[in-house]
Amino acid sequence: MQLHRLISASRFQRCRWQLSVAALLAGLGASLAMAADWRQFRGTDNRSVANEVVPVTWSAEQGIAWQCELEGEGVSSPIVVDGRIFVTASSGPRQDRLHVMAIDARSGSVVWHRQFWATGRTLHHPTSSVAANSPASDGERIFAFFSSNDLFCLDLDGNLLWLRGLADDYPKIGNDTGMASSPVVVDETVVVQVECQQESFVAGLEVANGVNRWRLPRPESANWASPTVLAGNEQQPPLVLIQGGDGLGAYEPKTGRKVWEFTESCASIPSATSDGETIYVPADGVTALRYEPGSSDATFLWQSNKLAVGSASPIVHDGKVFATKRAGVVACGDAASGDVLWQLRLEGTFWATPVMAGGHLYFVNQDGLAQVVDTRGEEGEIVSRYDFGEPVLGSPAVADGAIYFRGESTLWKVAGPAASAPGT
Amino acid sequence: MKNMPMPRPLILLTLIATAVLPAAIATRELQAAELDSLVAALHAVGSEGDGNAAAATAWQELAQLDADQLPQLLAALDDARPLTANWIRAAVDAVAERHLQRGEPLPQEALESFVRDTGHAPRARRLAFEWLARIDQDAHDRLLPSMLDDPSVELRRDAVARLIDSATVLLDGGDRDAAVAAFRQAFTAARDIDQIKQLAARLKDLDQEVDLPAHFGFIQTWQLIGPFDNTDSAGYATTYPPEESLDTTAEYEGKHGTVAWSQHTTSEDYGLVDLNEAVGKESDVVAYAWATLVVPAGRPAEVRLTTVNANQVWVNGQPIGANEVYHAGSDLDQYVMPCTLKAGENQILVKVCQNAMTESWAQKWQFQLRVCDEVGTAIPSTTRNAAPTQ
Repeated sequence: MQLHRLISASRFQRCRWQLSVAALLAGLGASLAMAADWRQFRGTDNRSVANEVVPVTWSAEQGIAWQCELEGEGVSSPIVVDGRIFVTASSGPRQDRLHVMAIDARSGSVVWHRQFWATGRTLHHPTSSVAANSPASDGERIFAFFSSNDLFCLDLDGNLLWLRGLADDYPKIGNDTGMASSPVVVDETVVVQVECQQESFVAGLEVANGVNRWRLPRPESANWASPTVLAGNEQQPPLVLIQGGDGLGAYEPKTGRKVWEFTESCASIPSATSDGETIYVPADGVTALRYEPGSSDATFLWQSNKLAVGSASPIVHDGKVFATKRAGVVACGDAASGDVLWQLRLEGTFWATPVMAGGHLYFVNQDGLAQVVDTRGEEGEIVSRYDFGEPVLGSPAVADGAIYFRGESTLWKVAGPAASAPGT
Repeated sequence: MKNMPMPRPLILLTLIATAVLPAAIATRELQAAELDSLVAALHAVGSEGDGNAAAATAWQELAQLDADQLPQLLAALDDARPLTANWIRAAVDAVAERHLQRGEPLPQEALESFVRDTGHAPRARRLAFEWLARIDQDAHDRLLPSMLDDPSVELRRDAVARLIDSATVLLDGGDRDAAVAAFRQAFTAARDIDQIKQLAARLKDLDQEVDLPAHFGFIQTWQLIGPFDNTDSAGYATTYPPEESLDTTAEYEGKHGTVAWSQHTTSEDYGLVDLNEAVGKESDVVAYAWATLVVPAGRPAEVRLTTVNANQVWVNGQPIGANEVYHAGSDLDQYVMPCTLKAGENQILVKVCQNAMTESWAQKWQFQLRVCDEVGTAIPSTTRNAAPTQ
């Protein structure tokens, strides 16, 4: 049953292109609160793990703080910065109208909305979108990247700071199946991974003006994996992991210098994750590598093809690593050994990487059925389901006690009473 | 949003901000030379981010313009490159959005004049129309009926959609003849593929003949030659004899022996030439397709190619496009290649390469090609479907 149909329109303010001074000010009010941001694809640290608790169950009548109808369509993930949710979308018969929207987390109202024209290729597979790449933020700026290889940098109030039409600079790039690699921002550098059949590269751009700090050639084959931030420490700056069919490389964000590499072939859709010491790479199932900040190499720990990954990236939390097949089989492994602890079958087909919050994994299948799995016991258990009734291919975002689900053309906020109240 | 009372602190914040914000965000009216100077900074944006910093500074100024200067800003789109256009567009949106948020008017008459002036760039007029429609509920009804042949594809699309709605009402009301006439008029005007397909289906349902290849401008009759060798995909960069001269009587050494030109005509609605059928199903091969397009006068045009195979296109011996991409998705008008046609005969040569992928979805070896103007209006050959002449 599609429970979303039970949502009474009278109970929610639909915010299609609803700009008002009140909405603008709502953002100001929210910014006064202590923000727990979710600044890029799979969270600020690319781990898909939130250090807070969000509702485990919700229904059409309780738990959905608001829903916002979005202009256009998209499969990118939302991000949350300073009390605002930032969403990208595309529209038009050629999907060449690009949208960046800021939505007030408290009210669900659109605060600002910028539109651009795509300058690169906009063809894509029907399941994807030109708005497939998730935006990223350094807390002051939004970096909105699209399958057309257009990259826009705006401040949090929607002022355009710079733009790049990467297909203008490198005309052969593009993939008519669609491109989906999400940028990361690390060490004052926006890292974009553009891999297709011609002119592939990875580049680091200065956050301030979008100028190339460095650009390196990459294999000329399709790859949708995203760069991953590998945290540093007080002595060592963070690195950025670049993954593809030729392996995994760790690079200095500011210089593009390769620090070390893992040369086994890696997956081309899911991306690596790390708990700070160990890197879990989607390669022949999951492969674990140990890395000490400052080291010029990574050490192989284990590999398990029983931890099979599909499109969703692996997640590590509380000594366990979770791998999800596209057909909905979740495997939980021992993060230290790779031994499988339990498996669980979910309903549906999965593109979106789940998120972990409060010991629960929040999955959404491609038809929009959310399934919450309690991972704290000896076996995984589905503890709730909710049908959003609309395709969901983007990974959810968690911030300020709320979890945000982005459907094809709708954004939902699910929150407990505290996070739903005005001013939170 | 659930209906909840606003807490007192937020009410206070709202009141303060309402009073303060408009004063803080003062608009500016610039002299023409000053505005031109700022726009010039946007035009100066170069490759790889060069000029972004200066453009950002100029943009901040332009975003504070008074709404009365929106037409001037919109006019800057007329000669803007794609990157510059996005800078300008964002400034237009920021100015208009801020005025509406503050309850201030947009220059309605000036926007409408801008929309009506087809001398302006199509996307500039469309942008003006979208903001006009935001403040004028009647703009659609007033402007769209006369936009069926508008140079803006987006405005034309809306006009066609409106006519489709009218035709549907006529049909539902039992006026079949009037509905057919309206659907036919909409079909003639339509340039977007989805609308063309929709209208063709409606007309066929009403027992009307529809010539889709003619509407699109698909070339249906070709001279084909092949296969040539493409082992290890090396044939893509190999210059085979058809790239050097075109002669229907010539024979060349192909992958498996002598190959010669043969005429092939497709009757498929969207001009599909299936090389697996016409040349023979095989991997690691190259084929060439050659057609002659005769036009009465020289003119700019677009060759629009659709193929999942690596390809190259020449018009009158000049390369106009090359894409070494295999089996990565496809849709009509996949590759748009601007070119110039000369009066009389124009020789169009297409190279289509198949690789050695074994997946079932990688077995297609085919192409579709049409010639049209930048709006998508077909440019037919005066000898449509005639074979090339030597």
